[in-house]
Amino acid sequence: MRFPVTLLIEKRTDEIPGWLPAATSIGSVIAAFVVSGVVLALIGANPLIVYQFFFKATFGSWPALSDTIVKATPLIMVGLACAVAFKMKLWNIGAEGQLYLGAFFASTVVLVPLVPPESPKWLVLTAMVVMGMIGGAIWGFIPGYLKAKFDVNEIISTLMLNYVAILWNNFWIFDRWSDAGFQMTPTFVRTAWLPRLSDYAREYRMFSGITLHLGVIFGLVAAIVVWWVLSRSRWGYEIRLIGDNPHAARYAGLNIARNVVLVMMFSGALAGLAGMSEVSGVVHRLQERISPGYGFTGIIVAWLAKLNPFAVILVAILFGALIVAGREVQPSGISQMIQGFVLFAVISSDVLLRYSIRLVRAAPVEESA
Amino acid sequence: MPDAPFAVQMENIVIRFPGVLANDHVNFTLKQGEIHALLGENGAGKSTLMSALSGLYKPTSGIIRVSGKPVSFNSPKDAIAAGIGMVHQHFMLVPTQTVTENILLGLDTPRFFMNLPAYDGKVLALQEQFGLRVDPTAKIWQLSVGEQQRVEILKTLYRGANVLIFDEPTAVLAPAEIAGFIETMRSLVAQGKSIIFISHKLQEVEAVADRITVLRKGKVTAEGFLMAGLDRAKLAQLMVGRDVVFAVKKDVQEPGGTILEVRNLQAANNKGTPALRGVDLSIRAGEILGIAGVAGNGQSELAECITGLRVCEKGSVQVDGRELANQPPIAAIQSGVSHIPEDRTRVGSAPNLTITDNVIMKHYRAAPIGNGRTIDAGQATQYAQELKRTYDILAPSVRTLARKLSGGNLQKVILSREITANPRLIVAVQPTRGLDVGAVEAIQEHLLAQRRQGTAILLISEELEELLTLSDRIAVLYDGRVMGVAEAATASVEEIGLMMMGTVQEA
Ligand SMILES: Nc1ncnc2c1ncn2[C@@H]1O[C@H](COP(=O)(O)OP(=O)(O)OP(=O)(O)O)[C@@H](O)[C@H]1O
Ligand SMILES: [Mg+2]
Repeated sequence: MRFPVTLLIEKRTDEIPGWLPAATSIGSVIAAFVVSGVVLALIGANPLIVYQFFFKATFGSWPALSDTIVKATPLIMVGLACAVAFKMKLWNIGAEGQLYLGAFFASTVVLVPLVPPESPKWLVLTAMVVMGMIGGAIWGFIPGYLKAKFDVNEIISTLMLNYVAILWNNFWIFDRWSDAGFQMTPTFVRTAWLPRLSDYAREYRMFSGITLHLGVIFGLVAAIVVWWVLSRSRWGYEIRLIGDNPHAARYAGLNIARNVVLVMMFSGALAGLAGMSEVSGVVHRLQERISPGYGFTGIIVAWLAKLNPFAVILVAILFGALIVAGREVQPSGISQMIQGFVLFAVISSDVLLRYSIRLVRAAPVEESA
Repeated sequence: MPDAPFAVQMENIVIRFPGVLANDHVNFTLKQGEIHALLGENGAGKSTLMSALSGLYKPTSGIIRVSGKPVSFNSPKDAIAAGIGMVHQHFMLVPTQTVTENILLGLDTPRFFMNLPAYDGKVLALQEQFGLRVDPTAKIWQLSVGEQQRVEILKTLYRGANVLIFDEPTAVLAPAEIAGFIETMRSLVAQGKSIIFISHKLQEVEAVADRITVLRKGKVTAEGFLMAGLDRAKLAQLMVGRDVVFAVKKDVQEPGGTILEVRNLQAANNKGTPALRGVDLSIRAGEILGIAGVAGNGQSELAECITGLRVCEKGSVQVDGRELANQPPIAAIQSGVSHIPEDRTRVGSAPNLTITDNVIMKHYRAAPIGNGRTIDAGQATQYAQELKRTYDILAPSVRTLARKLSGGNLQKVILSREITANPRLIVAVQPTRGLDVGAVEAIQEHLLAQRRQGTAILLISEELEELLTLSDRIAVLYDGRVMGVAEAATASVEEIGLMMMGTVQEA
């Protein structure tokens, strides 16, 4: 018995059209929702109602949309951090740790304090931004230097440094700056809070309860900066050249070791900025678990966005929505399942870019005596 | 074999890439037991046509017949099943595995237990049959380029190929190996195999081809002409559509002050054994020093030491009095040293960047292309377009990715970048490798123009003819030492040949 049709998988020799990568990404997100819908139906839920609820909880109203963007904000910055490093084929999976260290350094501005407590808001916030980025950059410098100098594999070193960063924060939260024995520091002074839309609720009624904060602007500006660096600047040219062929880069006179360190620091600084934005814009204190794994989700965000800084914004919003949905829709596992399917579908959709797949009628079997 | 049946017929083959019609209704036939040379300028579509025959590409339209039967290949596996095997210019071997392991790679048998010695025997028998000797238990990295090529040929023979396609097989071989390769081709056809042979070296074509097909800009200009009755000049004319001079003229000129001074240079190769054992050289402004020698006698290491890509263990390299040994590559670039590297894909270019990004590789730091912290995209494009025009680089636009260029056109990208850098010294390793006869002439003219402008040129080549035409003096490297230096005007091929074998010449 032979199947009347066979699946023919051929390596693509023709040029893939420019719209295809975007189309497959969008298509696979839709496919993920369809498959999840089937699973929902199998467990007895009505997927249409669930998705309707999802949509309402994430984009359906101004407060919902604001929540989604608040969750997307750190993902944008962390996604950009990963995209920058990946562009040079530096596998920085330490954005989580860099985010934590950025949060810690930003907090020192208030908790040490580095600027007098009665300083104006602009000064405190500027200091926090700078310190947050420095903190992340330091946490990127260490693995970068180890790689440049001793050829230490950055995947291992950045992964390990994540744990160091989290424990480092815990030490200060539990031991030094603990607020009455809780696993958090006292709330920051108001001057260390990033402005939120709800701050203006008295003037504009519609802003009441909307927690969207200035951090999202940081993310958007960061995306523009990353785009400019990668596609317009001399340094970006060097990053692309090293990423594509390090032998050619060395031949062209580039200092690869120096660029490894610099790119890791740039990447770390972006993740550190995300940490600053979280403590100053969302929780207003340094506490345990400021990030539910944003640093790791950032890897996925960068990858799904194909390292394009503007696509990072869109993908981050999708993942922000999934996080919010997981909070609003019970059991929260549903949203995680969809996340898993999205990831699975987008990664496997890459096959469509490299191979063309067709159904063909099987050749008739030749009977031999 | 004038009336032998057709092994392969390709009819009206069209292969289109975005912006390029690589094959435009091409007809090609291969008779059983013949050596058929496929000729044409760089980018004419030779590799593309053969990729279609070996299952790598699918033609946009056209018919391929093997032994008269129409076939449709979806992968190289299908092609090899039909008895067609291609030996690519870039070998696809696993360096850490043995010859036999590489030959068996990807086959269905042996399934699980390797029992290598039994297969070593099979491989030996195959070698015996075709006279392709190479130790089956040797690891690939221990082999010379010529031996690796034999492994590639054995690989296709082991899979039962009757039609063998060789894409510029001799470009990577030393002259002595080329003679051996030609013998191999003859013994293959003597045993009934049929061969398609792509080469830009017309004397080889003259020596072995039974028939020729010439492509120009994707179209056939000579279909299956009998080689007998054609000569080199006629071949060249068919290929490029004009007469080719073959001998560029070098003016007599008095060289200026010393630019490159190499003293007692010692360095190791990649395996850590000595490659240079104390080399002394100097080149003056407006002078071309040729380096002759059998591949692997220190030529690559010499070029890399001068350009800062390799650690020098002892000795000095000075350009205009500035010490460059063990300095980073940027020091050589800033001292005006251009480098046409031996390996154009691994070292000389970035495959996924555009032509523009590839030609600005050494110019992006300074004005007008570099502009403070940014790159002036307009200037970069303009510069790339200028080079594309001057050096006749065939590509749809300067935004084409380097990996989509034909072999010769990629070489031109690198040459154009290095020659226009206003160099003091050009280190040129096999600069005309893979170029068609017309382009060879053009590049040689460019090098001579540099010489007239007072540039010092270190020309490393395996083609004695090229060395004799271009060089003022020729130094012969043997086992990491300079065996002697000859004046090109008076040197004889025999004299240089003897030094290449390690015989010291009495002055
Ligand atoms: N994958 C590809 N995508 C787009 N264009 C391509 C691709 N491969 C080849 N081309 C184009 O097709 C044309 C023919 O290329 P091909 O490699 O067949 O030339 P060739 O005759 O082998 O030249 P050479 O002697 O330089 O090796 C060239 O213009 C080349 O740029
Ligand atoms: Mg070719």
